[in-house]
Amino acid sequence: MSDLVSINVDGVDIEVPAGTTVVDAAMRADIQIPVFCHHPKLEPVGMCRMCLVRIGMPVRDRATGELLKEPDGSVQYNWGRTLQTGCTVRVAPGMHVVTNSAEAKDARDDIIEFLLTSHPLDCPICDKGGECPLQNLTMAHGGGTSRFNFNDKLTNDKSVPLGELIYLDRERCIQCARCTRFQSEIADDPVIAFHNRGRHLEIVTMSDPGFDSYWSGNTTDICPVGALTTADFRFGARPWELTPAATLSPHDAAGENITVSTRREAKSGGRVVVKRIMPRQNEWVNEIWISDRTRFVHHFAEAADRLKMPLVRKNGQLTPTTWDEALTLVAEKLAATGEQAAGLAGDRLSNEDLFMFQKLFRKALNKNNNIDLANKRLAGGDVTADVGIASGSNLGDLGKGDTIVVIATDLHEEVPIWWLRVKQASERGARLIVLNVRETRLDKHASFVMHYAPGQAIAVAGNLLEHDEEVATAVRDADNLVIFYGYEGLSYDETDALARTLGNLLLETEHVGRPNNGLIAVWPRNNTQGVWDMAVHPGLTPGYRADRNPGLDANAIYAGAESGDITALYIVGADPVGDGLMPGRGALDFMVVQELFLTETAQLADVVLPAQSWLERDGTFTNGERRVQRYNPAIQKVGDSRPDWQILAQVIEKITEGSEKTPFAASLVFSKEIAKSVRAYKDMDYRTLGQVVEQFPKVGGDDLYYGGTSYANEAGIGQQWSASAESKKPKKPFDVPELDVTRPAGLVLLRVAALYTPGTLNQYSELLHARMAKPTVMLHYADADQLGIADGMSLVLRVNGTELPATASIQDGVPSGVALLRGFAWRKGLESAEIVKVQTPITA
Amino acid sequence: MKHVLLRHRDVPDIHKLEVYRKNGGYEAWQQVLKMQPADVIDVVKASGLRGRGGAGFPTGIKWSFIPKGAEEVYVVINTDESETGTFKDRELLERNPHQVIEGALIAAYAVGAKAIYNYWRGEYMDAAHECQAAVKEAYEAGLIGENILESGFSCDFYNHFGAGAYICGEETALLNSLMGYLGQPWSKPPFPAIEGLYAKPTVVNNTETMANIPPIIVNGADWYRQIGTERSPGPKIACLSGHVNKPGNYEVPLGITYRELIFGEAYGGGIPGGKAFKALLPSGGSGPIMIDEHLDVPMTFEGPETVGSVMGSASLIVMDETVNMVWATTKAIHFFHHESCGKCTPCREGTYWMEQLLHRIMEGHGTERDVRVLENVAENIGGKTLCALGEFARNPVLSSIKHFPEDYRALVQPSAEIPLAVAAD
Ligand SMILES: Cc1cc2nc3c(=O)[nH]c(=O)nc-3n(C[C@H](O)[C@H](O)[C@H](O)COP(=O)(O)O)c2cc1C
Ligand code: SF4
Ligand code: FES
Repeated sequence: MSDLVSINVDGVDIEVPAGTTVVDAAMRADIQIPVFCHHPKLEPVGMCRMCLVRIGMPVRDRATGELLKEPDGSVQYNWGRTLQTGCTVRVAPGMHVVTNSAEAKDARDDIIEFLLTSHPLDCPICDKGGECPLQNLTMAHGGGTSRFNFNDKLTNDKSVPLGELIYLDRERCIQCARCTRFQSEIADDPVIAFHNRGRHLEIVTMSDPGFDSYWSGNTTDICPVGALTTADFRFGARPWELTPAATLSPHDAAGENITVSTRREAKSGGRVVVKRIMPRQNEWVNEIWISDRTRFVHHFAEAADRLKMPLVRKNGQLTPTTWDEALTLVAEKLAATGEQAAGLAGDRLSNEDLFMFQKLFRKALNKNNNIDLANKRLAGGDVTADVGIASGSNLGDLGKGDTIVVIATDLHEEVPIWWLRVKQASERGARLIVLNVRETRLDKHASFVMHYAPGQAIAVAGNLLEHDEEVATAVRDADNLVIFYGYEGLSYDETDALARTLGNLLLETEHVGRPNNGLIAVWPRNNTQGVWDMAVHPGLTPGYRADRNPGLDANAIYAGAESGDITALYIVGADPVGDGLMPGRGALDFMVVQELFLTETAQLADVVLPAQSWLERDGTFTNGERRVQRYNPAIQKVGDSRPDWQILAQVIEKITEGSEKTPFAASLVFSKEIAKSVRAYKDMDYRTLGQVVEQFPKVGGDDLYYGGTSYANEAGIGQQWSASAESKKPKKPFDVPELDVTRPAGLVLLRVAALYTPGTLNQYSELLHARMAKPTVMLHYADADQLGIADGMSLVLRVNGTELPATASIQDGVPSGVALLRGFAWRKGLESAEIVKVQTPITA
Repeated sequence: MKHVLLRHRDVPDIHKLEVYRKNGGYEAWQQVLKMQPADVIDVVKASGLRGRGGAGFPTGIKWSFIPKGAEEVYVVINTDESETGTFKDRELLERNPHQVIEGALIAAYAVGAKAIYNYWRGEYMDAAHECQAAVKEAYEAGLIGENILESGFSCDFYNHFGAGAYICGEETALLNSLMGYLGQPWSKPPFPAIEGLYAKPTVVNNTETMANIPPIIVNGADWYRQIGTERSPGPKIACLSGHVNKPGNYEVPLGITYRELIFGEAYGGGIPGGKAFKALLPSGGSGPIMIDEHLDVPMTFEGPETVGSVMGSASLIVMDETVNMVWATTKAIHFFHHESCGKCTPCREGTYWMEQLLHRIMEGHGTERDVRVLENVAENIGGKTLCALGEFARNPVLSSIKHFPEDYRALVQPSAEIPLAVAAD
């Protein structure tokens, strides 16, 4: 940790880390120096001049270095000629700061008066009104009346779109540069900037599409006035009408903490509806940032076509029915099927859902182990259970002396907040090693980049200590080593071998079992980790214990459904038909689907049970750093839907004829069942997950320092469970299966992720339609040449009889021999598709 | 008197390298190339030369702030010259460019810079031809470029044009602009000497400052100190404009009185038409106005301070009895409002507000209260701005209200609530 410096603020002695600004130091002593341009996460600029304070330094004799004394024996201070900006001055030993003097207060009053001369004072219609730092500070420091002649007020454009997501009100902007600094310093997307000068200084965007960044929404949080608003929330509600709910992003494995704000409104038929999503501070997870996907992709939860009633197939038609009838039917069918029943779950489900799911099979159906994750893309949960990033870790602590390896993933597109935090670690001095088939955004920040041939990921990982002396040293001698691995360009079995290889690397270099060291799987979904932890797995029971009688895995279940070996299938939160994993019902006798929407799979079911989205209920997700986090309901249930865990528990209750009662709440599933069965969760319950600690910067309070611009975390920071290597080092290395990784000759097709991929939940957020990744086949020019494909040409991808339209794009960064498929929803067989040229008729 | 800086007035065609060299040009440069850089800095320190850009910071000391052994160092010549009524750097570069180039080369050698950027006021595009021609000649003669005169020292010289912004004369704004960023100053520290151009140690000196260097090297610090005063040694170019019979640039020893400059036959030669003197803007628009009783102070860095003003860049704008000082102040504030970069609140909003008030007063719609507010707004800007532009903008307002309350009184309606009780002191 950095050295501490003692200073005195308004007579209070405090100790703060060296390098802290005076403003932040004072805040640690609960003394608020008001600010506008200062943001504790950004480099200081000293523009707004709100934080003026008097700063004195002890005077020393030049020759002797002795402290000079006043006649009365006290230390002599040099108080400087003028007030200084507390946000730009960093603490120094012996510094005295006066923030509460008349001159400092006068200075604040004056700055507020200056700011208000050009501010429109349209608070009654401003989105920020009610949680606006300018409003708050005006209450504290502003005069009651204005000396500025209202007729002299500058008028300016009030609705300038910076792209379709973010709007600028030029009159309201107080030129603090928080937004521009966020975009260049934090997001590394410097696509907005100041233009012109003086009172005409305005924020403009230079990108096409406008404000082209996955992080744009964060600028609306940190804007200290209502100058920047999102198209989603703009004029949507007044802040004081909003009810906040602490929840989690359901989109990726980072588990960004968010606050969903809702309002009951007449125009939505008296329903409570989502008005906006903002970050909730968790310095271990997402700090105070969220990606735009997390902010804008929530509309699916309130979509009109959500399932609202249980459906049962009658005379070939799915027909609405009662819960009791539907559940009874399911219970009877499953009980009657016994060993020939199987279950497939999705990895968006909560831990409670997943636990109940495996319990249904293992307990109610008498040790039936035919359960698995429906769509398996990334393996290694068993490896991360042993050598995963240790508890007590924080990516924000990584820096000089540390090394981060990222392999076979594109963090910027898959888990943006990890991209951001890895990038920042590299900026703090951590060495970053990026390994992939192709160029990714992270390459720019890496100290070593390697683009390997398709299939070589395992070999590259295995030879990391032999390949290059500098890399070997960076890995071997790292103070801390964190490895991220993904599944780009790899089969499931290959990801398993990769995880084991990387596990061995961590063991060999002794980077396991202590904080800020270990493996992180870049899971495809928000709770893939939970699928492992809850043992929705044919060969494991909860707590990573091997089962002596493993059941059928997903592949075998699909085959069994086709052949008739499996006769009843229960699918929860997954769409294997839509994903191309299952051609249809096959020889199934009975099929239940528990879902939000009537998916392709649900359309074929005998019983469809309407589940609740994450917004309507509570539960826990476990993120890729194995942090178990709680989320809370934000809106009322849609229709007559029920939480997944409850539906499953009710089926269990019916099958067991009441001996297994349906728990009263998800919290009880957690405390009474999960915590008892899953060893790693044994010290957790809703209360411990809900614990909060003091975090810095302090945000979201009603203080004048940083009020109203983000949500403080009052609902819990979660708990990271200990990997087994933390208590005892594995005795032997992981067995790495020998695999044939050769690719068929010819062009290798490789799907790459895009944050806004069409076809998933994204499609319900109209706001993002223009930003959706267009289905594109990206080619090296030599390959394109050989195939006779021109840039921009229309193509079709033929996948097992389905035809997917696409456009060709010839790009520099694409390795030769590889075609990158971007903007396609994941689909089995996509990477063995046939690329067909479309003959477009020549038009006049 | 023989000129030290405006030498073209004594030597025709001195802008040509041949002529410049015949008259002792680049001798200092040749001498310096044989010296230790630290010794060069010592000579400049001993001369007592203070920066001619306005603030008067001792040049030798500024150079000595450059960290020893820094690998990448830059020298920047500040030719932004945008202060109202300032036109000395232009004449120097147009007519005697080699002296500035030579001075900058010496600076580069002293601090170990391998590149010199001359940052021009954008509107001076035409004036730059001579300078560019001189640079070319000097390159061809091996005085700039690779391995200069076989010394092993290499240095390049670039002329760069701003886009015409007063703020880009402020050194950090200048550096931002030079790097291609918006021309806004940054909050110091970091000072340019530590983190300047491209975050590398950088010396920024005014054009005229540079022109002082070669004569100091050739003639020595003692010679230099014979000119001017103890604390303000050397010659200074004063830019005389407004109501004087003979406007123009005058090279004078520091310490000459303002009265001599305005009325002396060798200089301004008095006010046209025998009109009475009313006011002097001693440093373009940015210094506090001086009145008749102030004119006997010497023009030095410290002289005008005794009467609440500054020497600044020594651009004297003289106004006779016909000038309404509210009008003059409105002009000045319009300039500052127009040139405020907008980065910090008090300057951005304060200059705007002051201009609105002044307009109202000028148009006859003002009240005494408006003058009070105007004065108070100017006071409130004080000590709060990020750079000195905001401070400059208060000066014309505060000093005109102080010295010429009657000009305001004549334009405004009395207001019962707050009488205009200015000029009480
Ligand atoms: C608003 C403003 C405008 C300035 N304009 C100029 C200018 O046009 N030329 C100049 O040499 N210095 C100007 N300065 C001063 C420079 O910041 C800097 O002090 C000077 O270039 C240093 O050179 P010197 O040490 O040789 O005087 C200006 C300062 C401010 C605050
Ligand atoms: S838009 Fe907001 S954040 Fe950006 S400069 Fe203006 S006030 Fe600051
Ligand atoms: S100048 Fe310090 S907060 Fe803006």
